[in-house]
Amino acid sequence: MTDSTSNAPENRSGIEIRDLYKIFGPNADRYVDAVKNGMSKDELNDKHNHVLGLQNINLELPPGQISVIMGLSGSGKSTLIRHINGLIMPTAGEILYNGRDVMQMTTDELREFRRHETAMVFQKFALLPHRTVLENTRYGLDIQGIDAAKSNPIARKWIDRVGLSGYEDYYPNQLSGGMQQRVGLARALANDADILLMDEAFSALDPLIRMDMQKVLLDLQAELKKTIVFITHDLDEALRLGDTIAILRDGAVEQVGTGQEIVLHPANDYIAEFVREVNRGRVIRAATVATPLPEGDVALPKLRLKGTTTLELAARKLADKDVRNATVLDKNGRPMGVIDMHTMLTAMVTPAEVDEGDDDLDEEDAA
Amino acid sequence: MAASCWGLPELLCEFPALPNKTLRLMRMGIDNGFRDIVRHYSDQIDAATRPLQWFLNTLENAFTNTPWFVVLAVILGVVWLASRSIKIVIGSAIGMCLIGVFGLWEDTMTTLAMVAVATLIAIALGLPIGILAARSDRFQSVLSPVLDVMQTMPSFVYLIPVVVIFGIGKVPGVIAVVIYAVPPMIRLTNLGIRLVDKEVIEAADAFGASSRQKLWGVQLPLSLPTIMAGVNQTIMMALAMVVVASMVGVGGLGKNVLQAINNQFFTIGFLNGFALVAIAIIFDRASQAFGKRLQKHSEVGHD
Repeated sequence: MTDSTSNAPENRSGIEIRDLYKIFGPNADRYVDAVKNGMSKDELNDKHNHVLGLQNINLELPPGQISVIMGLSGSGKSTLIRHINGLIMPTAGEILYNGRDVMQMTTDELREFRRHETAMVFQKFALLPHRTVLENTRYGLDIQGIDAAKSNPIARKWIDRVGLSGYEDYYPNQLSGGMQQRVGLARALANDADILLMDEAFSALDPLIRMDMQKVLLDLQAELKKTIVFITHDLDEALRLGDTIAILRDGAVEQVGTGQEIVLHPANDYIAEFVREVNRGRVIRAATVATPLPEGDVALPKLRLKGTTTLELAARKLADKDVRNATVLDKNGRPMGVIDMHTMLTAMVTPAEVDEGDDDLDEEDAA
Repeated sequence: MAASCWGLPELLCEFPALPNKTLRLMRMGIDNGFRDIVRHYSDQIDAATRPLQWFLNTLENAFTNTPWFVVLAVILGVVWLASRSIKIVIGSAIGMCLIGVFGLWEDTMTTLAMVAVATLIAIALGLPIGILAARSDRFQSVLSPVLDVMQTMPSFVYLIPVVVIFGIGKVPGVIAVVIYAVPPMIRLTNLGIRLVDKEVIEAADAFGASSRQKLWGVQLPLSLPTIMAGVNQTIMMALAMVVVASMVGVGGLGKNVLQAINNQFFTIGFLNGFALVAIAIIFDRASQAFGKRLQKHSEVGHD
């Protein structure tokens, strides 16, 4: 396990969700085939009094990356994440990790799987109110049966990593929401599990504290490279954190892709509606909109930018240097294109075809 | 008769009850059958209640034979350990001294021993039953009407089978008190566990806690305030029941009250009544303060 090569993301298993269906109700099994053959959520609800939670979910959650599952309330995102550690069992389908199907595990296997392979962070923190910060942080280790003598140093390390040193002996009720969620994060990390499940982990926090926690998570992830599944209803959060994003609606996946793909090429009107309000300058990268290098031996702009620079940052750099264009470098540091203020501004402004919202707004105002 | 029934025929006037002869046969059948069964098993019943008898006698002897100042010191010590409040300790001291001054010390000790045993048995029975009820909806739905019967059946009524089975004395008294005092323990244990935050339970599940780890590590600690309220209620009900239990031969303050009722001894009745009140208040304040101290983690708010 300590061997760095065996822990590299390429050698680890991701989570694979195949043909997953979840129907809530006493006779769920009876209606799976009907749903597979196209029975709608409303029909199932009205005629048979069963609720369709998830339908036909096929997702690859790659190892060592943050996969965000985004959707509004009722879209089934919290149901989906609970399938990964078996808190909810599917009506049909498979959840594969390391070649094992979570659904087929016995009670004992599932318990071991939860103890060692997964850890979870909850929207409302779900800390144990009668345990101190330190005792909460080592909770997963206590469950595994590890001595306090061994688990306390581990817990202290993670409390320190999430920035809560000095609060070890406080009770959760004595801490603010942001600090409580740091404890939640420390508790999950102390488990040293490969899979980290975060169910709307930052949704209950104030905007500023949320940004703070997102940064904490990104910093930790840069080093730990865990397989993180992050649930959110906030597209900005999804774009900030997600290596890949899956958008869920009414229990079905609407689109899967990177943040840029979703913002630039929304698969349908529903998603276009979503991405309209997004600050595109923070999502789109310079390499995406750069024009190819000019033919021949033309002098390239002096200012050089990495391809992964966001347009907002690029614009700031151009403005600081008071230049109109810059050379964009590829992964290996070689020039791959040129970018200028005009292309950047065009890309940052929401395109016209999805920009009917303002007009709608005006009409509403007038009415 | 018929006149009061607007001239209706008898079937509509008087509720058609079973004939008197049938009812008499039924009563005699049940009573005799019950008595025969009890007689047949009387040796086993005696053997089964012997440990209880011994426990009761030992505790009562310990309370009554120990010099009063030692008992007083122990009681005040326990109250202090439970409540950590000097006010409650002083109040308890005053109450106990008044009881002694009015010559009720020995009877009070008898009652205390009785209540202590009954409460311990009620907790020992009520806690596991409450936990089972919290885990199984089906068990709860069966248990609930049984508890209703136990709580609403006039206590004099179930003294009858208790006396038939166990005779007259302390043991049937304790059993009657336990039957009366155990329902709040069961109900509040059940309620407390069911009220534990679902999210916290889910978190315990997500970290792979077994059901035993969940019970001892999460459910019981978090429902402790409610369970302590159950203990408190159980003590109060046990105290209320000792007067009734005196009818089947339990000594102590209850017996004095019963004699006072029979002879219309106003002063004796009230003095013994107030002695019971004093004990009740001491138990109540001490156990409530203890329950509050247990949840100190939830009292401190953040700024």
